[in-house]
Amino acid sequence: MITYLEFEKPLSEIEGKAAELRALAKSGEGVDLSKEAEALDRKAAEMLRELYKSLSPWQKCQVARHPNRPHCKDYIEALFTEFTPLAGDRNFADDQAVMGGLARFDDRPVIVIGHEKGHDTQTRIARNFGMARPEGYRKAIRLMDLAERFGLPVITLVDTPGAYPGKGAEERGQAEAIARSTQKCLQIGVPLVSAIIGEGGSGGAVALATADRVAMLEHSVYSVISPEGCASILWKDAEKMREAAEALRLTAQDLAKLGVIDRIVPEPLGGAQRDPAASIAAVGKALGEMLAELDGKTGAQLMKARRRRLLDLGAKGLAA
Amino acid sequence: MNWISNYVRPRINSLFSRREMPENLWSKCDSCGTMLFHRELRDNLEVCTGCAHHMPIAPRRRFEALFDGGIFTEVKVPAPVSDPLHFRDQKKYPERLRAAQKETGEAEAMLVAEGEIGRTPVVAAAQDFRFMGGSMGMYVGNAIIAGAERAVALKRPFILFAAAGGARMQEGILSLMQMPRTTVAVEMLREAGLPYIVVLTHPTTGGVTASYAMLGDVQIAEPGALICFAGPRVIEQTIREKLPEGFQRAEYLLDHGMLDRVTDRRSLRDELITILRMLLRLPPAVKGDLPPPEPEPAAAAEAPSDAKA
Repeated sequence: MITYLEFEKPLSEIEGKAAELRALAKSGEGVDLSKEAEALDRKAAEMLRELYKSLSPWQKCQVARHPNRPHCKDYIEALFTEFTPLAGDRNFADDQAVMGGLARFDDRPVIVIGHEKGHDTQTRIARNFGMARPEGYRKAIRLMDLAERFGLPVITLVDTPGAYPGKGAEERGQAEAIARSTQKCLQIGVPLVSAIIGEGGSGGAVALATADRVAMLEHSVYSVISPEGCASILWKDAEKMREAAEALRLTAQDLAKLGVIDRIVPEPLGGAQRDPAASIAAVGKALGEMLAELDGKTGAQLMKARRRRLLDLGAKGLAA
Repeated sequence: MNWISNYVRPRINSLFSRREMPENLWSKCDSCGTMLFHRELRDNLEVCTGCAHHMPIAPRRRFEALFDGGIFTEVKVPAPVSDPLHFRDQKKYPERLRAAQKETGEAEAMLVAEGEIGRTPVVAAAQDFRFMGGSMGMYVGNAIIAGAERAVALKRPFILFAAAGGARMQEGILSLMQMPRTTVAVEMLREAGLPYIVVLTHPTTGGVTASYAMLGDVQIAEPGALICFAGPRVIEQTIREKLPEGFQRAEYLLDHGMLDRVTDRRSLRDELITILRMLLRLPPAVKGDLPPPEPEPAAAAEAPSDAKA
């Protein structure tokens, strides 16, 4: 069962009708409806192409948040072998909004860390919708330390609406945990590659995405603030999220132009949610290529280049 | 209202036989409501003489009070590309920038300077909350990097006074990228073995708190400062309950182990000198008002626009 987004409504009607016709044909009324169903399929495919050819930034936000979009766990299960989750921050708790551990990527041992949103009510609550608390970032720090000690590359998968704005999270130093995680990203002398697979929500994303190479799925977004949040502050009206999404330049295409990300990973037609396997494979390919680009570099070279990239970032704006 | 505004002010007005009294000669304490005369307030570093409430202080004024004899040299900050995203909300971003420049008389939301405090050479940076909420965009990022680079070049400690609502939305992702970018600056200081002292002032929130403002070797906050990642309103909306009294204030953070110290602005200078001189393994400073140091010819030549006390 596909969940349709608001802008996909006309599509849902056509695809729904096609499914109805097929059901009717199956029930054996005698009338041959397959031609009509096929015509509708063609129309639907055409419409899907049209819709996804030029998604607006706000529509991309919706696709990036699509509940059926593959999440971190799906990527880890498909792309890695011998995944061995490692838990806890050794101080307070294990935050399930951030998952990570040892795994093999193309047989090579690595540390993989990512935000996980969950896929149904129960897992979404357990994962806190991918909104990490300080313990999540401190777990990430611990895993990055482990990677550094044993010379393992780090792969991060970013998909979070942002860090969790809660009372306990603040009391336990949400800001400090994010700052230290970003700092740790700059301190490890091993390859660090990142893929933004859904939402790159503000500081909560930066804490894991400060990498040597950053890839981004075609319809994912990465922003300093959610369009709704920006609209309510600057437009004093949360309903102006379309305008805000436009102004924030949060699409993969704009971020590539600004030099914030290195590559855009194409998504299957209709978004990653329509063909998770293809999307996961494409991200896997990008991760492999990015790691290969870093092969043979020493820890000092990696860290120096990682910093240089940030220092030079944004010098030209969109005109770059 | 109280008797000062109802009685004293009209009397002063009549004494000077002026029909209009400039509004800015008096200001009201945000906390206790006492009317404060501007010169007195200024001498008290914008701290209420009645209740010790800390009000915002402009970076230039802070530096005049911080550096020996009020003498400092501005560190030049490379100008970033302006309005990189061609951002427009209800107003155009360049218009908002110009309005802030007019209001503050400053180029941007951070001032960086070098000089001596208690005869201890330092580089310092102060964020200006009056300038678009002190928000961190490319300029603030450049300022912190320029300050750190200068500190490394001169082998001096770096003191940072933070005050910001967070990242500057009008620079979108590029403002977000100032989080890792400024963290690179912190790493430069760390690797050079130089002290990095952060003074958190009211308010320090969002991406600023979640990057350079929480990475100091010593973390000091001014009394009553709001310091947080997510603001109280956002949290109340999320968890749908009232937050406790003093939540996310400096004293609350101190209680929760997130700060080293909470220090009154009026004793901050002495404390910074004491801490820095110990970290630098220098002998204790001679306390008291010191005459200004001899101006450094090299520094003066580089930046002719020396600020005067």
